[in-house]
Amino acid sequence: MTTKTQALMNWVDARFPMTKMWDDHMAKYYAPKNFNFWYFFGSLALLVLVLQIVTGIFLTMNYKPDATLAFASVEYIMRDVNYGWLIRYMHSTGAAAFFVIIYLHMYRGLMYGSFKQPRELIWLFGMLIYLALMAEAFLGYLLPWGQMSYWGAQVIVNLFAAVPWVGEELSVWIRGDYVVSDATLNRFFAFHVIAVPFILVGLVVAHIIALHEVGSNNPDGVEIKKTKGADGIPLDGIPFHPYYSVKDIVGVVVFLMFFSAVLFFAPELGGWFLEKENFIPADPLKTPEHIVPLWYFTPYYAILRAIPPIWESQFPGVIAMGMAIVFLFFLPWLDRHPVRSMRYREPIFKVNMFIFIVSFIVLGWLGTQPSTGILS
Amino acid sequence: MSEQDVDKSRRRFLTAATTVVGAIGAGVVAVPFVGSMVPSARALSAGASVEVDISKLEPGRRLVVEWRKQPVWVLHRTQQNLDDLAKLEDKLADTESNSSKQPAYAKNKHRAIKPEYLVVIGICTHLGCSPQYRPEVGNVDFDSGWLGGFFCACHGSKFDLAGRVYAGVPAPTNLVIPPYMYINNDKVVLIGEDGGVV
Repeated sequence: MTTKTQALMNWVDARFPMTKMWDDHMAKYYAPKNFNFWYFFGSLALLVLVLQIVTGIFLTMNYKPDATLAFASVEYIMRDVNYGWLIRYMHSTGAAAFFVIIYLHMYRGLMYGSFKQPRELIWLFGMLIYLALMAEAFLGYLLPWGQMSYWGAQVIVNLFAAVPWVGEELSVWIRGDYVVSDATLNRFFAFHVIAVPFILVGLVVAHIIALHEVGSNNPDGVEIKKTKGADGIPLDGIPFHPYYSVKDIVGVVVFLMFFSAVLFFAPELGGWFLEKENFIPADPLKTPEHIVPLWYFTPYYAILRAIPPIWESQFPGVIAMGMAIVFLFFLPWLDRHPVRSMRYREPIFKVNMFIFIVSFIVLGWLGTQPSTGILS
Repeated sequence: MSEQDVDKSRRRFLTAATTVVGAIGAGVVAVPFVGSMVPSARALSAGASVEVDISKLEPGRRLVVEWRKQPVWVLHRTQQNLDDLAKLEDKLADTESNSSKQPAYAKNKHRAIKPEYLVVIGICTHLGCSPQYRPEVGNVDFDSGWLGGFFCACHGSKFDLAGRVYAGVPAPTNLVIPPYMYINNDKVVLIGEDGGVV
């Protein structure tokens, strides 16, 4: 480094901890050297977050959050705005990719016990990110104002109406009207473009700060900070930069190959990423024959549908669905086994992990199917 | 000032008092923000009543009209439909409409002022989808002994032709009957008003 740049760096460092932050989080952040491909998904999630924010900013330049204009403005983006189709497909494919990545990232945490002591707070911040992400996806799905947008929002907002006593008022308060309407679209837009992204970014910062405070877990679940060299650096650790920053670039390239394949060749992915019904403008008088949430919500949807009303209330189904998420928050205190990684756990643990995948996929598939009675 | 001169209890009181005042202030400031999200005056005034001419509605046919941005169905039931209602009673969850919402004049076995005409809000009491009108009788894809009614494809709830919910489906209560009355020598149904009965 030339003396002039060095002088500038010193000037900044005396006023803002730039070099210190770079060292703490990149150049002198020591990560275990045995990361495998499962460790790509954290940095990939960060990449997709940036992609969603950037494409989202450009979409808002042409989108109109108004019940009479919204559907047409999305078609305008698709047909008339220069590269509008590309930006919108990046945003819609990015949303689906976000959930693929987050689900794999969370499963990695389950496999290697990354939620366990002392990483409970990382897990909790992560769960809050997952909740915020679900809210963000749900709010954003109303914006194109198609049939599936409309009736999807109608069903989800009505989940709140199932809350005993205050439910009815609560759902009216959320919608700002007695049905999903222009008022609802307008406020969902506000939440989708500013409120939730703001919370999301804050939570991501907290997630990473907590991670860098305690250090990363690894596929063997060993604590690298326990054996340090004479210089105080963990013997099994390597600096994140350049070792993992370079490794993550490989992950990014592979991810972008898959991402581009969907983006350019199958952006609707046969109705899995953009549903056919959503190419019909919202009609408050007619529900589509068969409404399905997007794939990342279908496991929860299947749980909701499977519970019949009890005491003339649909609330138990909503509770069962909610518990599927709430239980995950308590994971660090439910699984107190001292061994972290599934590599060294008893076979029953591996069987449970497999059953979890099967349940997720089967429930997810059931959620896309038309509902039938138990006996018919 | 040395440490023992500090009046700790006074300091604690001031901290607590400041916190309480601050919290009350924050709560009060939240009122307009939370309050701004309830339906606006314009949304509230959009609930005007709707007139529906039923003089040309054939038996077995249904009209869909929009009231308060929701679908309201007006169904002209045949005598056969009315006879079938009684046969279904052991399959229903709330035959007498005791836990369901309807004006007092529609809390009867037909759930209507005049048995031939059903006026009902076409929104499923489960999660708000609009069910399909399935007047056909016999073996349908969701029921083997179907006598006509409404089927919600979203989550599989079934209702008979009086909007009464079947037992064992996700919807907890019967379809809601809006306030309504007959005007113009019974040729027109006025939905949303009933002359002050409710």
